[in-house]
Amino acid sequence: MTNRPIADEVVLPDRPLVEIWRMFFANKAAVFGLVLWLIIILTAFFGPVIYPSDPFEMVGAPMTPPGEEFLLGTDYLGRDVLTGIIHGASVTLAIGISATFCTVIIGVIIGVLSGYYGGWVDNLLMRVTEFFQVLPALLFAMVLVSLFTASIYLIVLAIAVVSWTGIARLTRAEFMKIKEREYVLAERAMGARNTSIMWKVILPNALPPLIVAVALGVGVAILFEAALSFLGLGDPNAYSWGYMIGSSREYIWDSWWTITFPGIAIFLTVLGISLIGDGLNDALNPKLREL
Amino acid sequence: MKTLLSYLKRIVYSLLLLLAVITLNFTLVHMAPGDAVTAMIGDMGGATPEMIVKLRAEYGLDQNLISQLFRYVSKMVRGDLGMSFTHNLPVMDLVLDHLPATILLVATAFLLAVFIGTVLGIIAAQKPKSLFNHFVTILSLSGYAAPVFWTGLMMLIAFSYYFPIFPAFGMRSAGFQGTTIEGVIDVANHLILPAVTLASIYIAVYSRLARASMMDVLGSDYIRTARSKGLSQRVVIYKHALKNALLPVVTMAGLQFSQLIAGAVVVETVFGWPGIGQLAFNSILRRDHPLLLGILFLSTLMVVVANLITDFAYRLLDPRIK
Repeated sequence: MTNRPIADEVVLPDRPLVEIWRMFFANKAAVFGLVLWLIIILTAFFGPVIYPSDPFEMVGAPMTPPGEEFLLGTDYLGRDVLTGIIHGASVTLAIGISATFCTVIIGVIIGVLSGYYGGWVDNLLMRVTEFFQVLPALLFAMVLVSLFTASIYLIVLAIAVVSWTGIARLTRAEFMKIKEREYVLAERAMGARNTSIMWKVILPNALPPLIVAVALGVGVAILFEAALSFLGLGDPNAYSWGYMIGSSREYIWDSWWTITFPGIAIFLTVLGISLIGDGLNDALNPKLREL
Repeated sequence: MKTLLSYLKRIVYSLLLLLAVITLNFTLVHMAPGDAVTAMIGDMGGATPEMIVKLRAEYGLDQNLISQLFRYVSKMVRGDLGMSFTHNLPVMDLVLDHLPATILLVATAFLLAVFIGTVLGIIAAQKPKSLFNHFVTILSLSGYAAPVFWTGLMMLIAFSYYFPIFPAFGMRSAGFQGTTIEGVIDVANHLILPAVTLASIYIAVYSRLARASMMDVLGSDYIRTARSKGLSQRVVIYKHALKNALLPVVTMAGLQFSQLIAGAVVVETVFGWPGIGQLAFNSILRRDHPLLLGILFLSTLMVVVANLITDFAYRLLDPRIK
């Protein structure tokens, strides 16, 4: 008999990250999503190095069908579709991720202030949130982009301005729940400042649902950018997947490949991040798993 | 009395929200480079300085911002959304002209999505381990991840080119002549592809939501009671569980309405459907800002009204909310 027979049976609660990791990897769909994203990220970083051609360059006969010469064919100007997809990966990811980053910054600040202080601050900020919620997002983004000159920065900003309300509401709800917990009250009793309670005590505990929302938000932002570019409102110098579909639209009857392949790329990217988001949701909020 | 007051409060509050949207519109116009007069002069191909001053005075652009805002708000309240300079028609007339087509498209897509989504979700909820449930999961993930304009284009390639079953463009056949019934069939033929495309995203949302909510309700005590009384599965599901399972679907429907309008903009552009979405798209191409802002305002108005209706419907369905 050893001295510590019981200790081996106790689940160690001080290694939550390992547990989350294990649960995430037990989820086949989530792992599939992760693999998809790894491929897309690798393509975005190394694709242009391995396949160094300019997506805007006309390299072959217009509307060559997919085949030996061009794996995925060429568009109506003779631009290689495969080059476009490889270069489009970095543009699409960059816009999707930076727009989500801005969305989170706005949403978290509004949600934290609203949920923590309550009262008139909450009232005011929630009215602002509702205001942005009733604006039809895509139309409002279209107005912004068309009133001012379209550039990548404006598109990122427009996506953030129309998407932050969900994150704000979620953060607010978490803060209202967590701020009454004993450990927060204890911090306050010990004289911790409001700012330190907000950002160092409550926020880390509010992270699990936020992380899931952020993952899903990246998918929404990518779809948004695709829609804007498709409508011809994207940055004309950014070769994104949405732009590829939009620019070839009129030739849909003559070259299905110029529309189908970039669309599949968007589809797989958004599918991947939603699977990752769902997997994280199951791993981070085990109580919700039976749903 | 108390209920009436709370309804009234909601309505007043919605009006304030609209006032804020008008102010936002005004702010946007003033932040954008150039004003209406600059745009008009550009269209006319130049003007004398005296004429510019005269035009500015006529449009009240020489007054201070506050009184300009006041003028703008009072015009909007009277239903005057300004003139579209590309069509040379009042914005209100143009939008009212294109609105029926959008309402037809959005309403069809919405009913299709709620109906199919709810039915799929409810069937899936009864057998959580079945193949059908997995099918619903895959369908809802795909519907969410596919960009709606791409779904539309794929539909066009499939059902109007390789299998030419449906027309590709517009709402009516060119030079159509025939009886009313033939006319309705003609419009319905044109409607199917865009409506199914627009519905595809929301079928995904509703099937997932209806499934989760139905599974939740089916696990509750009152359903167990109903079952233990010996009621059949059909009665339990449709008489006892359905109403409560539909509550989240109704809430979501209201929240999704603004996104449905956004989806309509894209779908109308893909299929050449002559609604306000296409009008908005063309107004952007031609830089017709009064028209674009008028559309933004009116679609926000529709969202606010839809939210009010949802709110009231919710109160009727759920007597606990007061």
